[in-house]
Amino acid sequence: MAFDWQPVWLTLKLASVTTVLLLLVGTPIAWWLSQTRSRLKHPLSAVVALPLVLPPTVLGFYLLIFLGPNGPGGGLTQALGIGTLPFTFAGLVVASVLYSLPFVVQPLQNAFEALGRRPLEVAATLRASGWDSFFHVAVPLARPGFLTAMVLGFAHTVGEFGVVLMIGGNIPGETKVLSVAIYDHVETLEYGQAHLLSAGMVGFAFLVLVTLYLVNGRISRGEHA
Amino acid sequence: MSQIDARFQARLGAFSLNVDLHLPGQGVIALFGHSGSGKTTVLRAIAGLERFDGTLVVKGDVWQDEKRFLPVHKRPIGYVFQEASLFSHLSVKQNLTFGLKRIPAAQRRIGLEQVVEWLGIGHLLSRKPQRLSGGERQRVAIARALLTSPRLLLMDEPLSALDTRSKADILPYLERLHDELSIPVLYVSHSPDEVARLADHLVLMEQGRSTAAGPVAEMMTRLDLAIAREQEAESILETTVAEHQPEYHLSRLDFPGGSVMTRMLPAPLGTRQRVRIHARDVSLALSAHNDSSILNVLPAKILEFAPLTEWQVLVRLGLGPDASIPLLARITRRSADQLALAPGKLVFAQVKSVVLAE
Repeated sequence: MAFDWQPVWLTLKLASVTTVLLLLVGTPIAWWLSQTRSRLKHPLSAVVALPLVLPPTVLGFYLLIFLGPNGPGGGLTQALGIGTLPFTFAGLVVASVLYSLPFVVQPLQNAFEALGRRPLEVAATLRASGWDSFFHVAVPLARPGFLTAMVLGFAHTVGEFGVVLMIGGNIPGETKVLSVAIYDHVETLEYGQAHLLSAGMVGFAFLVLVTLYLVNGRISRGEHA
Repeated sequence: MSQIDARFQARLGAFSLNVDLHLPGQGVIALFGHSGSGKTTVLRAIAGLERFDGTLVVKGDVWQDEKRFLPVHKRPIGYVFQEASLFSHLSVKQNLTFGLKRIPAAQRRIGLEQVVEWLGIGHLLSRKPQRLSGGERQRVAIARALLTSPRLLLMDEPLSALDTRSKADILPYLERLHDELSIPVLYVSHSPDEVARLADHLVLMEQGRSTAAGPVAEMMTRLDLAIAREQEAESILETTVAEHQPEYHLSRLDFPGGSVMTRMLPAPLGTRQRVRIHARDVSLALSAHNDSSILNVLPAKILEFAPLTEWQVLVRLGLGPDASIPLLARITRRSADQLALAPGKLVFAQVKSVVLAE
Protein backbone atom coordinates (compact mmCIF):
# COMPACT_ATOMS: atom_id res chain seq x y z
CA MET A 1 0.00 0.00 0.00
CA ALA A 2 1.35 3.38 -1.02
CA PHE A 3 1.97 6.06 1.54
CA ASP A 4 -1.05 8.27 1.88
CA TRP A 5 0.08 11.89 1.79
CA GLN A 6 -3.39 13.33 1.97
CA PRO A 7 -3.61 13.68 5.79
CA VAL A 8 -0.16 15.35 5.80
CA TRP A 9 -1.15 17.99 3.28
CA LEU A 10 -4.49 18.53 4.93
CA THR A 11 -2.82 19.04 8.30
CA LEU A 12 -0.32 21.54 6.90
CA LYS A 13 -3.13 23.41 5.14
CA LEU A 14 -5.22 23.51 8.31
CA ALA A 15 -2.29 24.69 10.43
CA SER A 16 -1.31 27.40 7.92
CA VAL A 17 -4.80 28.81 7.54
CA THR A 18 -5.33 28.66 11.29
CA THR A 19 -2.03 30.42 12.03
CA VAL A 20 -2.82 33.28 9.68
CA LEU A 21 -6.27 33.71 11.19
CA LEU A 22 -4.85 33.42 14.70
CA LEU A 23 -2.44 36.27 14.08
CA LEU A 24 -5.24 38.43 12.71
CA VAL A 25 -7.52 37.66 15.64
CA GLY A 26 -4.95 37.22 18.38
CA THR A 27 -2.85 40.35 17.80
CA PRO A 28 -5.62 42.86 18.57
CA ILE A 29 -6.72 40.82 21.58
CA ALA A 30 -3.15 40.58 22.89
CA TRP A 31 -2.56 44.29 22.30
CA TRP A 32 -5.78 45.25 24.06
CA LEU A 33 -4.99 42.97 27.01
CA SER A 34 -1.47 44.43 27.27
CA GLN A 35 -2.62 48.06 27.24
CA THR A 36 -5.95 48.07 29.02
CA ARG A 37 -6.71 49.03 32.59
CA SER A 38 -10.29 47.82 32.13
CA ARG A 39 -11.94 45.52 34.63
CA LEU A 40 -12.73 43.18 31.77
CA LYS A 41 -9.05 42.37 31.37
CA HIS A 42 -8.98 39.39 33.71
CA PRO A 43 -12.29 37.83 32.65
CA LEU A 44 -11.24 38.09 29.01
CA SER A 45 -7.79 36.65 29.76
CA ALA A 46 -9.53 33.73 31.45
CA VAL A 47 -11.76 33.12 28.44
CA VAL A 48 -8.75 33.14 26.10
CA ALA A 49 -6.95 30.68 28.38
CA LEU A 50 -9.87 28.25 28.75
CA PRO A 51 -8.65 25.85 26.01
CA LEU A 52 -5.45 25.37 28.05
CA VAL A 53 -7.45 23.85 30.88
CA LEU A 54 -10.47 22.20 29.27
CA PRO A 55 -10.29 18.73 27.73
CA PRO A 56 -10.40 19.27 23.95
CA THR A 57 -13.48 17.06 23.83
CA VAL A 58 -15.41 19.60 25.93
CA LEU A 59 -14.55 22.38 23.52
CA GLY A 60 -15.36 20.15 20.55
CA PHE A 61 -18.65 19.06 22.09
CA TYR A 62 -19.88 22.61 22.65
CA LEU A 63 -18.72 23.70 19.22
CA LEU A 64 -20.60 20.77 17.72
CA ILE A 65 -23.77 21.90 19.50
CA PHE A 66 -23.16 25.59 18.78
CA LEU A 67 -22.37 25.15 15.10
CA GLY A 68 -24.82 22.31 14.54
CA PRO A 69 -28.08 22.72 12.59
CA ASN A 70 -29.98 23.60 15.78
CA GLY A 71 -27.31 25.80 17.43
CA PRO A 72 -27.16 29.60 17.19
CA GLY A 73 -23.92 29.48 15.21
CA GLY A 74 -25.34 26.87 12.87
CA GLY A 75 -28.47 28.96 12.40
CA LEU A 76 -26.33 31.90 11.43
CA THR A 77 -24.18 29.97 8.94
CA GLN A 78 -27.30 28.44 7.39
CA ALA A 79 -28.96 31.84 7.12
CA LEU A 80 -25.82 33.08 5.37
CA GLY A 81 -26.10 30.19 2.95
CA ILE A 82 -22.86 28.51 4.04
CA GLY A 83 -24.58 25.48 5.46
CA THR A 84 -23.41 23.90 8.70
CA LEU A 85 -19.74 23.79 9.61
CA PRO A 86 -19.31 20.57 11.57
CA PHE A 87 -17.62 17.82 9.56
CA THR A 88 -16.16 20.34 7.08
CA PHE A 89 -12.70 21.83 6.71
CA ALA A 90 -14.09 25.30 7.60
CA GLY A 91 -15.48 23.87 10.83
CA LEU A 92 -12.03 22.47 11.64
CA VAL A 93 -10.50 25.91 11.08
CA VAL A 94 -12.98 27.60 13.43
CA ALA A 95 -12.34 24.99 16.09
CA SER A 96 -8.56 25.18 15.66
CA VAL A 97 -8.55 28.96 15.97
CA LEU A 98 -10.40 28.76 19.27
CA TYR A 99 -8.36 25.83 20.50
CA SER A 100 -4.97 27.40 19.72
CA LEU A 101 -5.89 30.98 20.65
CA PRO A 102 -4.06 31.04 24.01
CA PHE A 103 -0.87 29.80 22.34
CA VAL A 104 -0.85 32.92 20.17
CA VAL A 105 -2.36 35.51 22.49
CA GLN A 106 -0.19 34.79 25.49
CA PRO A 107 3.27 35.12 23.86
CA LEU A 108 2.10 38.25 22.07
CA GLN A 109 0.64 39.75 25.22
CA ASN A 110 3.85 39.00 27.14
CA ALA A 111 5.94 40.55 24.37
CA PHE A 112 3.79 43.70 24.27
CA GLU A 113 3.82 44.02 28.05
CA ALA A 114 7.60 43.60 28.16
CA LEU A 115 7.97 46.68 25.97
CA GLY A 116 6.67 48.92 28.74
CA ARG A 117 5.17 52.32 28.03
CA ARG A 118 8.41 54.09 27.17
CA PRO A 119 8.90 53.15 23.47
CA LEU A 120 5.34 54.23 22.73
CA GLU A 121 5.78 57.48 24.63
CA VAL A 122 8.97 58.17 22.70
CA ALA A 123 7.18 57.42 19.43
CA ALA A 124 4.38 59.82 20.36
CA THR A 125 6.86 62.62 21.09
CA LEU A 126 8.32 61.89 17.64
CA ARG A 127 4.91 62.60 16.06
CA ALA A 128 3.80 58.99 15.60
CA SER A 129 0.06 58.43 16.07
CA GLY A 130 -1.32 55.35 17.83
CA TRP A 131 -1.50 53.15 14.72
CA ASP A 132 1.83 54.38 13.45
CA SER A 133 3.48 53.54 16.79
CA PHE A 134 1.84 50.14 16.84
CA PHE A 135 3.07 49.10 13.40
CA HIS A 136 6.48 50.78 13.44
CA VAL A 137 7.51 50.42 17.07
CA ALA A 138 5.43 47.89 19.01
CA VAL A 139 5.25 45.16 16.35
CA PRO A 140 8.95 45.21 15.35
CA LEU A 141 10.06 45.32 18.98
CA ALA A 142 7.74 42.41 19.80
CA ARG A 143 9.19 40.33 16.92
CA PRO A 144 10.37 37.42 19.10
CA GLY A 145 6.86 37.24 20.57
CA PHE A 146 5.35 37.03 17.08
CA LEU A 147 7.72 34.27 16.11
CA THR A 148 6.91 32.27 19.24
CA ALA A 149 3.19 32.84 18.71
CA MET A 150 3.30 31.69 15.09
CA VAL A 151 5.32 28.58 15.81
CA LEU A 152 3.27 27.57 18.83
CA GLY A 153 -0.02 28.28 17.06
CA PHE A 154 1.04 26.24 14.03
CA ALA A 155 2.52 23.36 15.98
CA HIS A 156 -0.35 23.14 18.40
CA THR A 157 -2.84 22.98 15.54
CA VAL A 158 -0.84 20.20 13.91
CA GLY A 159 -1.01 18.25 17.14
CA GLU A 160 -4.72 18.58 17.96
CA PHE A 161 -6.85 15.48 18.12
CA GLY A 162 -9.81 15.66 20.47
CA VAL A 163 -11.42 18.72 18.99
CA VAL A 164 -10.93 17.41 15.47
CA LEU A 165 -12.52 14.11 16.31
CA MET A 166 -15.54 15.79 17.85
CA ILE A 167 -16.24 18.39 15.19
CA GLY A 168 -14.43 17.14 12.11
CA GLY A 169 -14.88 13.43 12.17
CA ASN A 170 -12.81 11.39 9.79
CA ILE A 171 -13.57 12.41 6.20
CA PRO A 172 -10.58 11.78 3.91
CA GLY A 173 -9.44 14.98 2.18
CA GLU A 174 -11.79 17.11 4.24
CA THR A 175 -11.23 16.51 7.94
CA LYS A 176 -8.94 13.49 8.21
CA VAL A 177 -5.82 15.14 9.59
CA LEU A 178 -2.61 13.45 10.73
CA SER A 179 -3.53 12.74 14.31
CA VAL A 180 -6.81 11.15 13.22
CA ALA A 181 -5.07 9.17 10.50
CA ILE A 182 -2.63 7.75 13.03
CA TYR A 183 -5.47 6.76 15.30
CA ASP A 184 -7.15 5.06 12.33
CA HIS A 185 -4.03 3.11 11.39
CA VAL A 186 -3.63 1.87 14.94
CA GLU A 187 -7.27 0.83 15.13
CA THR A 188 -6.89 -1.18 11.97
CA LEU A 189 -3.53 -2.54 13.16
CA GLU A 190 -1.55 -0.88 10.34
CA TYR A 191 1.39 -0.29 12.64
CA GLY A 192 3.81 0.42 9.80
CA GLN A 193 1.81 3.38 8.55
CA ALA A 194 1.23 4.58 12.13
CA HIS A 195 4.98 4.42 12.76
CA LEU A 196 5.77 6.45 9.68
CA LEU A 197 3.36 9.22 10.53
CA SER A 198 4.18 9.23 14.24
CA ALA A 199 7.93 9.34 13.70
CA GLY A 200 7.38 12.13 11.21
CA MET A 201 5.43 14.06 13.84
CA VAL A 202 8.15 13.58 16.46
CA GLY A 203 10.78 14.80 14.04
CA PHE A 204 8.64 17.75 13.01
CA ALA A 205 7.92 18.80 16.60
CA PHE A 206 11.61 18.56 17.50
CA LEU A 207 12.71 20.59 14.47
CA VAL A 208 10.14 23.29 15.13
CA LEU A 209 11.15 23.73 18.77
CA VAL A 210 14.89 23.71 18.06
CA THR A 211 14.41 26.33 15.35
CA LEU A 212 12.31 28.44 17.71
CA TYR A 213 14.87 28.35 20.51
CA LEU A 214 17.76 29.04 18.13
CA VAL A 215 16.10 31.99 16.46
CA ASN A 216 14.80 33.55 19.67
CA GLY A 217 18.17 33.03 21.32
CA ARG A 218 19.86 34.84 18.47
CA ILE A 219 17.38 37.70 18.55
CA SER A 220 17.70 38.25 22.28
CA ARG A 221 21.51 38.02 22.10
CA GLY A 222 21.45 40.62 19.34
CA GLU A 223 19.23 42.95 21.37
CA HIS A 224 21.38 42.85 24.46
CA ALA A 225 24.84 42.77 22.98
CA MET B 1 6.01 88.84 28.64
CA SER B 2 5.63 85.17 29.31
CA GLN B 3 5.37 82.88 26.32
CA ILE B 4 4.56 79.61 28.00
CA ASP B 5 1.71 79.60 30.48
CA ALA B 6 1.10 76.32 32.23
CA ARG B 7 -1.32 75.66 35.02
CA PHE B 8 -1.86 72.12 36.27
CA GLN B 9 -3.68 70.59 39.19
CA ALA B 10 -3.67 66.95 40.09
CA ARG B 11 -3.91 64.62 43.01
CA LEU B 12 -1.84 61.45 42.65
CA GLY B 13 -2.25 59.44 45.82
CA ALA B 14 -0.46 61.28 48.60
CA PHE B 15 1.19 63.66 46.14
CA SER B 16 -0.60 66.74 44.93
CA LEU B 17 0.52 68.89 42.04
CA ASN B 18 -0.46 72.52 41.83
CA VAL B 19 1.61 74.71 39.56
CA ASP B 20 1.04 77.97 37.76
CA LEU B 21 4.04 78.76 35.59
CA HIS B 22 4.70 81.76 33.37
CA LEU B 23 7.88 81.09 31.44
CA PRO B 24 9.86 83.03 28.86
CA GLY B 25 9.75 81.85 25.27
CA GLN B 26 13.49 81.51 24.82
CA GLY B 27 16.65 80.27 26.47
CA VAL B 28 17.07 77.38 28.85
CA ILE B 29 14.49 77.27 31.60
CA ALA B 30 15.49 74.93 34.40
CA LEU B 31 12.88 73.21 36.55
CA PHE B 32 14.93 72.61 39.65
CA GLY B 33 14.05 70.66 42.77
CA HIS B 34 14.67 67.52 44.78
CA SER B 35 13.41 64.19 43.49
CA GLY B 36 9.71 63.91 44.23
CA SER B 37 9.16 67.65 43.89
CA GLY B 38 7.05 67.09 40.79
CA LYS B 39 9.33 68.56 38.14
CA THR B 40 9.22 65.52 35.83
CA THR B 41 5.46 65.32 36.29
CA VAL B 42 5.13 68.95 35.12
CA LEU B 43 7.31 68.22 32.10
CA ARG B 44 5.22 65.17 31.19
CA ALA B 45 2.04 67.21 31.52
CA ILE B 46 3.46 69.83 29.17
CA ALA B 47 4.32 67.09 26.67
CA GLY B 48 0.81 65.66 27.00
CA LEU B 49 2.12 62.34 28.36
CA GLU B 50 0.02 62.97 31.49
CA ARG B 51 -3.40 64.49 31.46
CA PHE B 52 -4.33 66.67 34.43
CA ASP B 53 -6.81 69.46 34.95
CA GLY B 54 -5.38 72.72 33.78
CA THR B 55 -4.47 74.92 30.86
CA LEU B 56 -1.39 75.13 28.69
CA VAL B 57 -0.74 77.89 26.20
CA VAL B 58 2.54 77.94 24.28
CA LYS B 59 3.31 81.07 22.27
CA GLY B 60 -0.34 81.81 21.71
CA ASP B 61 -1.38 78.23 20.84
CA VAL B 62 -3.71 76.46 23.23
CA TRP B 63 -2.45 72.92 23.84
CA GLN B 64 -4.83 72.24 26.67
CA ASP B 65 -7.81 73.91 28.29
CA GLU B 66 -11.21 72.85 29.68
CA LYS B 67 -12.37 71.55 26.33
CA ARG B 68 -9.27 70.75 24.34
CA PHE B 69 -6.35 68.39 24.81
CA LEU B 70 -3.86 68.21 21.99
CA PRO B 71 -2.53 64.62 21.81
CA VAL B 72 1.21 64.14 22.30
CA HIS B 73 1.96 63.37 18.66
CA LYS B 74 0.37 66.63 17.54
CA ARG B 75 2.42 68.84 19.87
CA PRO B 76 5.48 70.46 18.30
CA ILE B 77 7.80 69.30 21.04
CA GLY B 78 11.05 67.46 21.31
CA TYR B 79 11.37 65.27 24.40
CA VAL B 80 14.59 63.85 25.78
CA PHE B 81 13.97 61.21 28.43
CA GLN B 82 16.19 60.43 31.39
CA GLU B 83 17.30 57.22 29.71
CA ALA B 84 18.03 57.66 26.03
CA SER B 85 15.23 55.22 25.09
CA LEU B 86 16.46 54.68 21.56
CA PHE B 87 14.49 52.17 19.47
CA SER B 88 16.55 48.99 19.65
CA HIS B 89 15.17 47.62 16.36
CA LEU B 90 16.48 50.61 14.41
CA SER B 91 19.97 51.84 13.60
CA VAL B 92 21.17 55.19 14.90
CA LYS B 93 20.33 56.81 11.57
CA GLN B 94 16.86 55.25 11.49
CA ASN B 95 16.31 56.49 15.04
CA LEU B 96 17.29 59.98 13.96
CA THR B 97 14.98 60.03 10.96
CA PHE B 98 12.02 58.47 12.82
CA GLY B 99 10.68 61.87 13.86
CA LEU B 100 12.14 63.77 10.90
CA LYS B 101 10.14 61.63 8.44
CA ARG B 102 6.94 62.37 10.29
CA ILE B 103 6.93 66.14 9.98
CA PRO B 104 6.05 67.89 6.72
CA ALA B 105 9.10 69.01 4.74
CA ALA B 106 7.96 72.63 4.95
CA GLN B 107 8.21 72.50 8.75
CA ARG B 108 11.76 71.16 8.85
CA ARG B 109 14.04 73.88 10.12
CA ILE B 110 16.81 71.66 11.44
CA GLY B 111 18.57 69.30 9.06
CA LEU B 112 20.11 65.90 9.65
CA GLU B 113 23.64 66.92 8.70
CA GLN B 114 23.53 69.99 10.91
CA VAL B 115 22.41 68.06 13.99
CA VAL B 116 24.83 65.23 13.35
CA GLU B 117 27.63 67.77 13.24
CA TRP B 118 26.46 69.68 16.35
CA LEU B 119 26.32 66.54 18.45
CA GLY B 120 29.34 64.81 16.97
CA ILE B 121 27.56 61.56 16.09
CA GLY B 122 28.52 61.22 12.43
CA HIS B 123 30.63 58.11 13.03
CA LEU B 124 27.76 56.32 14.83
CA LEU B 125 25.06 56.49 12.16
CA SER B 126 25.19 52.89 10.95
CA ARG B 127 25.46 51.37 14.41
CA LYS B 128 22.72 49.81 16.49
CA PRO B 129 21.89 51.63 19.75
CA GLN B 130 23.04 48.59 21.74
CA ARG B 131 26.59 49.27 20.59
CA LEU B 132 26.77 52.85 21.87
CA SER B 133 28.08 54.17 25.19
CA GLY B 134 25.68 55.92 27.57
CA GLY B 135 26.86 59.38 26.54
CA GLU B 136 26.63 58.55 22.83
CA ARG B 137 23.11 57.22 23.24
CA GLN B 138 21.97 60.37 24.98
CA ARG B 139 23.51 62.53 22.25
CA VAL B 140 21.61 60.51 19.64
CA ALA B 141 18.42 60.93 21.67
CA ILE B 142 18.93 64.70 21.79
CA ALA B 143 19.61 64.80 18.05
CA ARG B 144 16.51 62.69 17.39
CA ALA B 145 14.35 65.11 19.38
CA LEU B 146 15.85 68.15 17.64
CA LEU B 147 15.16 66.69 14.20
CA THR B 148 11.42 67.15 14.69
CA SER B 149 12.21 70.90 14.57
CA PRO B 150 10.36 71.39 17.85
CA ARG B 151 9.02 74.71 19.02
CA LEU B 152 9.71 73.63 22.58
CA LEU B 153 12.41 71.21 23.71
CA LEU B 154 11.70 69.27 26.89
CA MET B 155 14.61 67.57 28.63
CA ASP B 156 14.06 65.35 31.66
CA GLU B 157 17.38 65.12 33.52
CA PRO B 158 19.16 64.01 30.36
CA LEU B 159 22.45 63.60 32.22
CA SER B 160 21.35 61.95 35.42
CA ALA B 161 21.66 58.37 34.16
CA LEU B 162 25.24 59.01 33.00
CA ASP B 163 28.53 58.60 34.83
CA THR B 164 30.64 61.67 35.58
CA ARG B 165 32.81 61.21 32.54
CA SER B 166 29.90 60.90 30.08
CA LYS B 167 28.32 63.93 31.73
CA ALA B 168 31.43 66.01 31.22
CA ASP B 169 31.48 64.67 27.66
CA ILE B 170 27.95 65.80 26.85
CA LEU B 171 27.64 69.14 28.68
CA PRO B 172 29.64 71.08 26.08
CA TYR B 173 27.19 69.86 23.41
CA LEU B 174 24.27 71.11 25.46
CA GLU B 175 25.94 74.48 25.93
CA ARG B 176 26.54 74.67 22.23
CA LEU B 177 22.88 73.97 21.53
CA HIS B 178 22.00 76.70 23.97
CA ASP B 179 24.03 79.13 21.90
CA GLU B 180 22.92 77.95 18.47
CA LEU B 181 19.25 77.20 18.95
CA SER B 182 16.57 79.79 19.26
CA ILE B 183 13.95 77.42 20.64
CA PRO B 184 13.11 77.45 24.34
CA VAL B 185 14.33 74.48 26.35
CA LEU B 186 12.62 73.25 29.50
CA TYR B 187 15.29 71.41 31.42
CA VAL B 188 14.49 69.32 34.48
CA SER B 189 17.41 68.97 36.85
CA HIS B 190 18.33 68.41 40.45
CA SER B 191 21.97 69.36 39.89
CA PRO B 192 22.94 72.94 40.86
CA ASP B 193 26.01 72.51 38.68
CA GLU B 194 23.98 71.85 35.51
CA VAL B 195 21.68 74.74 36.33
CA ALA B 196 24.61 77.12 36.78
CA ARG B 197 26.11 76.03 33.49
CA LEU B 198 23.04 75.89 31.29
CA ALA B 199 20.05 77.76 32.65
CA ASP B 200 18.92 81.28 31.85
CA HIS B 201 15.74 81.10 33.84
CA LEU B 202 15.11 79.07 36.95
CA VAL B 203 11.92 77.63 38.41
CA LEU B 204 12.19 76.11 41.87
CA MET B 205 9.87 73.22 42.63
CA GLU B 206 8.99 71.86 46.04
CA GLN B 207 6.35 69.27 46.93
CA GLY B 208 4.36 69.70 43.75
CA ARG B 209 4.47 73.49 43.80
CA SER B 210 6.62 76.08 42.11
CA THR B 211 8.01 78.14 44.96
CA ALA B 212 9.97 80.79 43.08
CA ALA B 213 10.96 81.68 39.52
CA GLY B 214 13.12 84.23 37.76
CA PRO B 215 16.34 84.88 35.83
CA VAL B 216 19.02 82.43 36.96
CA ALA B 217 21.62 85.00 38.06
CA GLU B 218 19.07 86.59 40.36
CA MET B 219 17.56 83.35 41.63
CA MET B 220 20.91 81.81 42.56
CA THR B 221 21.81 84.80 44.73
CA ARG B 222 18.49 85.28 46.50
CA LEU B 223 19.21 84.97 50.19
CA ASP B 224 15.73 83.64 50.96
CA LEU B 225 16.16 80.57 48.74
CA ALA B 226 17.87 77.34 49.73
CA ILE B 227 20.07 77.25 46.61
CA ALA B 228 22.07 80.28 47.86
CA ARG B 229 22.60 78.61 51.22
CA GLU B 230 24.19 75.46 49.85
CA GLN B 231 27.88 74.74 50.32
CA GLU B 232 28.44 75.14 46.56
CA ALA B 233 26.40 78.36 46.26
CA GLU B 234 27.60 80.53 43.41
CA SER B 235 26.89 83.58 41.26
CA ILE B 236 26.77 83.79 37.49
CA LEU B 237 28.25 86.52 35.30
CA GLU B 238 27.63 86.79 31.57
CA THR B 239 30.84 88.17 30.08
CA THR B 240 32.55 88.63 26.73
CA VAL B 241 36.16 87.82 25.98
CA ALA B 242 37.84 91.25 25.78
CA GLU B 243 41.61 90.73 25.81
CA HIS B 244 44.21 87.98 25.71
CA GLN B 245 47.51 88.44 27.58
CA PRO B 246 49.74 85.71 26.15
CA GLU B 247 52.75 86.79 28.23
CA TYR B 248 50.87 85.85 31.43
CA HIS B 249 48.67 83.30 29.72
CA LEU B 250 45.57 85.14 30.93
CA SER B 251 42.37 86.41 29.34
CA ARG B 252 40.29 89.38 30.40
CA LEU B 253 36.52 88.97 30.40
CA ASP B 254 34.39 92.11 30.52
CA PHE B 255 30.88 92.52 31.84
CA PRO B 256 28.88 95.66 32.65
CA GLY B 257 30.16 95.64 36.24
CA GLY B 258 33.91 95.47 35.47
CA SER B 259 36.15 92.68 34.33
CA VAL B 260 37.65 89.43 35.59
CA MET B 261 40.85 87.65 34.63
CA THR B 262 41.01 83.93 33.91
CA ARG B 263 43.53 81.53 32.47
CA MET B 264 43.88 82.20 28.77
CA LEU B 265 40.90 81.00 26.74
CA PRO B 266 41.15 79.59 23.21
CA ALA B 267 38.09 81.65 22.27
CA PRO B 268 38.32 84.66 19.91
CA LEU B 269 37.68 88.17 21.24
CA GLY B 270 34.01 89.00 21.51
CA THR B 271 32.95 85.43 22.38
CA ARG B 272 30.26 85.20 25.03
CA GLN B 273 31.45 83.39 28.12
CA ARG B 274 29.48 82.57 31.23
CA VAL B 275 31.57 82.46 34.40
CA ARG B 276 30.63 81.24 37.85
CA ILE B 277 31.96 82.54 41.11
CA HIS B 278 31.61 80.50 44.28
CA ALA B 279 30.32 82.48 47.25
CA ARG B 280 33.14 81.06 49.37
CA ASP B 281 35.74 82.51 46.95
CA VAL B 282 34.56 86.10 47.40
CA SER B 283 35.96 88.23 50.22
CA LEU B 284 35.22 91.85 50.96
CA ALA B 285 37.45 94.87 51.62
CA LEU B 286 36.78 98.53 52.24
CA SER B 287 39.55 99.71 49.90
CA ALA B 288 40.85 98.46 46.57
CA HIS B 289 44.32 97.67 47.85
CA ASN B 290 46.58 96.41 45.13
CA ASP B 291 48.96 94.72 47.51
CA SER B 292 47.50 91.26 47.35
CA SER B 293 47.86 88.45 44.82
CA ILE B 294 44.19 88.59 44.01
CA LEU B 295 43.65 89.76 40.43
CA ASN B 296 39.95 90.24 40.43
CA VAL B 297 38.75 93.15 42.53
CA LEU B 298 35.32 94.50 41.73
CA PRO B 299 33.61 97.59 43.17
CA ALA B 300 30.31 96.50 44.70
CA LYS B 301 27.42 97.73 46.73
CA ILE B 302 26.04 95.75 49.67
CA LEU B 303 22.41 94.95 48.91
CA GLU B 304 21.54 92.73 51.85
CA PHE B 305 22.98 90.08 54.11
CA ALA B 306 21.69 87.26 56.25
CA PRO B 307 23.18 84.94 58.86
CA LEU B 308 24.10 81.56 57.38
CA THR B 309 25.67 79.59 60.22
CA GLU B 310 26.82 80.52 63.71
CA TRP B 311 30.01 81.96 62.28
CA GLN B 312 29.16 82.80 58.66
CA VAL B 313 27.17 85.51 56.94
CA LEU B 314 25.85 85.44 53.38
CA VAL B 315 26.10 88.79 51.59
CA ARG B 316 24.39 89.77 48.36
CA LEU B 317 26.30 92.43 46.46
CA GLY B 318 25.34 94.47 43.43
CA LEU B 319 27.89 95.02 40.65
CA GLY B 320 27.80 97.56 37.86
CA PRO B 321 26.68 101.18 37.69
CA ASP B 322 23.18 100.49 39.01
CA ALA B 323 24.24 97.54 41.20
CA SER B 324 21.99 95.29 39.09
CA ILE B 325 24.37 92.35 38.65
CA PRO B 326 24.16 90.19 41.75
CA LEU B 327 27.18 88.57 43.39
CA LEU B 328 27.11 86.34 46.43
CA ALA B 329 29.81 86.39 49.13
CA ARG B 330 30.16 84.12 52.12
CA ILE B 331 32.23 85.69 54.90
CA THR B 332 32.62 85.19 58.64
CA ARG B 333 30.32 87.00 61.03
CA ARG B 334 33.38 88.48 62.65
CA SER B 335 34.51 90.05 59.36
CA ALA B 336 31.03 91.39 58.76
CA ASP B 337 31.13 93.11 62.14
CA GLN B 338 34.67 94.45 61.61
CA LEU B 339 33.74 95.91 58.22
CA ALA B 340 30.52 97.30 59.72
CA LEU B 341 28.55 95.98 56.75
CA ALA B 342 25.26 97.70 56.06
CA PRO B 343 22.96 97.76 53.05
CA GLY B 344 24.01 100.50 50.64
CA LYS B 345 27.65 100.51 51.75
CA LEU B 346 30.23 100.47 48.96
CA VAL B 347 32.93 97.79 49.20
CA PHE B 348 35.39 95.91 47.00
CA ALA B 349 34.78 92.28 46.27
CA GLN B 350 37.97 90.27 45.94
CA VAL B 351 37.38 87.19 43.83
CA LYS B 352 39.84 84.43 44.50
CA SER B 353 38.84 82.23 41.62
CA VAL B 354 36.56 82.26 38.64
CA VAL B 355 35.04 79.07 37.25
CA LEU B 356 34.48 78.96 33.54
CA ALA B 357 31.21 77.43 32.51
CA GLU B 358 32.63 75.76 29.45
